[in-house]
Amino acid sequence: MSGPTLTVENLSTAFFTKAGVVKAVDDVSFSVGRGEVLGLVGESGSGKSVTGFSILGLVDPPGRVTDGHIRFNGHDLVGLDEEAMRQLRGRRISMVFQDPMMTLNPVLRVDTQMIEAIQAHEKVDDDTARQRARDALALVGIPSPEERLKSYPHQFSGGMRQRVAIAIAMINRPDLIIADEPTTALDVTIQGQILYEVQKLCRESGTALIWITHDLTVVAGLADKICVMYAGNVVEQGAIDDVLDKPLHPYTRGLIGSVPSRNRQNKRLYQIPGMTPSLLNVPEGCRFRSRCPRADDSCATMPPLGELEPNHWARCVHPHTGEPL
Amino acid sequence: MLVYIIRRIMQAAFVIVVMSVLVYVGIFLVGSPVDILINPEMSEAEMEAVTKALGLDRPIWEQYFIFVGNALQGDMGKSFVFGQSAIKLIVERIPATMELAIISIIISLVIGIPLGMYAGLRPDSVGGRSIMAGSILGFSLPNFWVGLMLIMFFAVMVGWLPAAGRGPTVDVLGIDVSFLSLEGLKHLILPAITLALSKTALVVRLARAGVREVLPMDYIKFARAKGLPRRRVVSVHVLKNIMIPIVTVTGLELGSVVAFAVVTETVFAWPGMGKLLIDSIGNLDRPVVVAYLMQIVFLLVVLNLIVDVLYSILDPRVRLQEQKA
Amino acid sequence: MTDTALQSQGAETGQGGSLLRRFAAEFAESKLALVGLVGFAIIVFIALFAPFVAPQDPYDLASLDIFDVRLPPGSVGQETGITYWLGTDAQGRDMLSAIMYGLRVSLFVGAVSAVVSLIIGAAVGLTAAYFGGRVDSIIMRIVDIQLSFPAILVALILLSILGQGVDKVLIALVIVQWAYYARTARGSALVERNREYVEAATCLGLGHGRIMFRHIMPNCMPPLIVIVTIQVADAIALEATLSFLGVGVPVTEPSLGLLISTGFDYLLSGKYWISVFPGVALALAIVSINLVGDQLRDVLNPRLKR
Repeated sequence: MSGPTLTVENLSTAFFTKAGVVKAVDDVSFSVGRGEVLGLVGESGSGKSVTGFSILGLVDPPGRVTDGHIRFNGHDLVGLDEEAMRQLRGRRISMVFQDPMMTLNPVLRVDTQMIEAIQAHEKVDDDTARQRARDALALVGIPSPEERLKSYPHQFSGGMRQRVAIAIAMINRPDLIIADEPTTALDVTIQGQILYEVQKLCRESGTALIWITHDLTVVAGLADKICVMYAGNVVEQGAIDDVLDKPLHPYTRGLIGSVPSRNRQNKRLYQIPGMTPSLLNVPEGCRFRSRCPRADDSCATMPPLGELEPNHWARCVHPHTGEPL
Repeated sequence: MLVYIIRRIMQAAFVIVVMSVLVYVGIFLVGSPVDILINPEMSEAEMEAVTKALGLDRPIWEQYFIFVGNALQGDMGKSFVFGQSAIKLIVERIPATMELAIISIIISLVIGIPLGMYAGLRPDSVGGRSIMAGSILGFSLPNFWVGLMLIMFFAVMVGWLPAAGRGPTVDVLGIDVSFLSLEGLKHLILPAITLALSKTALVVRLARAGVREVLPMDYIKFARAKGLPRRRVVSVHVLKNIMIPIVTVTGLELGSVVAFAVVTETVFAWPGMGKLLIDSIGNLDRPVVVAYLMQIVFLLVVLNLIVDVLYSILDPRVRLQEQKA
Repeated sequence: MTDTALQSQGAETGQGGSLLRRFAAEFAESKLALVGLVGFAIIVFIALFAPFVAPQDPYDLASLDIFDVRLPPGSVGQETGITYWLGTDAQGRDMLSAIMYGLRVSLFVGAVSAVVSLIIGAAVGLTAAYFGGRVDSIIMRIVDIQLSFPAILVALILLSILGQGVDKVLIALVIVQWAYYARTARGSALVERNREYVEAATCLGLGHGRIMFRHIMPNCMPPLIVIVTIQVADAIALEATLSFLGVGVPVTEPSLGLLISTGFDYLLSGKYWISVFPGVALALAIVSINLVGDQLRDVLNPRLKR
């Protein structure tokens, strides 16, 4: 296996609004290899979705990638022209969105939306394309796919729609799928089924997967690696077990502490004090400073993302090194 | 669906009955037509004979029922002025008006949709802003004055186009049309543009508002994430969604276009129903006015009906709701 | 007791100068809208003070000179000594003066019909929204039917029944326009009706009329203001159209539409000024009102969503 599928290096994406520059993603680096699952974790507004859109080149003005490299199979996607980018989208890199109610065009039939995804990249006649669409639906566990192809999105339940969206994302056998909270809007039972199926499909086809979520329990059972984002920065990253069992950054600790199931009965659920800072004109230094129990004056300069333990990085002046949970 | 259509038809029939009463009673208040038909030297007896012949001596409700009975048989009385069947007079003039109205609507759609979409896709560009400023002009400038200015410029000053009339017509399946001959087209173009102007402005606004509303939707981003060319995203995913309000409003506006043709026809001496109406109002030619109004009430109600049914076919979401109901 | 309800209402409607200033600043963001506002102000000024700024009283037949008929722009009257900057019409009237007086009639008709229909429409719409149920469905059915018929047609028929005259035109315009206000007022009143301050007022045992007009109505004003600007422009255009068709204002009080209409006869012979200049004035009036209305809608809309 030659190199990781995707390497993001020092990526920065900013939105140039009237009120000022919003650095939604600031100096983010990570990589994901074939068949590997990377969990990108953070609160809303931490920049995880913008990271996903940056990789696909779908950041709309007034936003743009201001710095860094996105190497996909060795080629840098930053600065790639629109047509080359379009040919990658949906074919080599696809994306699944958060709200299945909104991702399918309500006025187009499912077959139209699936077939166009194939024909945008390959010269395939309608019958072959339809055949592939049907197979893709069957693959994600949609019963009687032939009939369902002729349906409109509103005739599906939320879970079924997300399956259709996943089928569309996988239809061209991409090398990388970016899933942006694809199960958040679904019932817990359906979440489980979809998680299981996506994992299986990716393992089988060797597709790399970036799973964006705010829910640590989801990535716990799914990801190989994890990358925790806070206010546009990566604050901690490493193998899933390392990060969950021996979190180094106080923020990661707080996140893990606020997951209900991890807490013993009668014990109060941990709550991170304060609010996510505004990304508009962020102050110098560690961005978690104002909410951090360990913060002191030395936090006023931004610490680098350091490899504090083997293959386990954190951006913190006072890490919880050697203090497993 | 069928139940829905039947219910809508009954509603429509009710409106037609109510309007027929209002129109008939209303028009009855316009001075007695006997006054203009008799000459002052007529004797009392002769006057009575005329009144009797026209059925004007009976109570108004009786006249109404006679009118309805006759109307159902396609007879709305004879024009006092032309001495011909009022219905026949109007039917003869329907093709001229409808041709004008339909060509105007086509012009407004063909020009309005692309302009509106452009303004929606590039709202801050000079082009987009100019289009919107132009649309304010479009619905601000009074129809008849625009007609006059067009006549002044194209007919009087440069002399390229005729100022009035319909010119030669070509017979297509028994209907006279102007647009098939060059001379006919020359007569048609100015009134059609005049009539189309405000509707074009309306279509521009609808299209722009639609695009602005649809663009931020997840399904558009998803369509782009599939790697669809921009052309397809705009011409299929965006266009199909904005067509629903545009078709609805255009359908409903056809009635208002036919009504506004009254003005345009008067300016350009276009031999349609509208000019007949204005002449008949001036002449107190009651049967023609009543017949025109009933016919336009019928047209409007039927149009509303068709638009509602079409709407439910175009928008699959509405269709589903009706099935459930 | 009523203080709480009134306070909450006060909090929603106005916070004094700061809100107004923000509103003005947002409005001024569009240069086009400012141009419209200035244009509108000038037009209103001319209409109000026509007798003082017009070179001639066009209604005073004695001041007209029969030899000054249909003079091109820039001519000087032989007897009157007036320079006819915009020419004269078929009666020898100075076009500029006629336009200024015509503007007066047009604006008067537009403004009065809009205000009267606003009052009627808002009352009807509020009633429908407030009482709901049968009252609501009957009123709204009437509104729907009325709105499904083009305004021009309804007005045309009404005037052919009523006859000519400024008062008749006003009646026709009100009948045509009230439904728009009723629909808008009902729409926003339905939203307001379910707000807490209304509930509070109801709990306090205030009368229907008081709740409707003192509490709900002020909060429905922003959309109604937008509709008023659009409808004033529409009413002016409609009046002009009706007068052009010969069923509007009488010849003795010519509005802009009637001036254009009389000029139409001379257009083909190249005497353009009789028709063109009143038309330009009419267009400027309508465009400037619409520019203002358009920006008002943009500025007021986000606040409606609240």
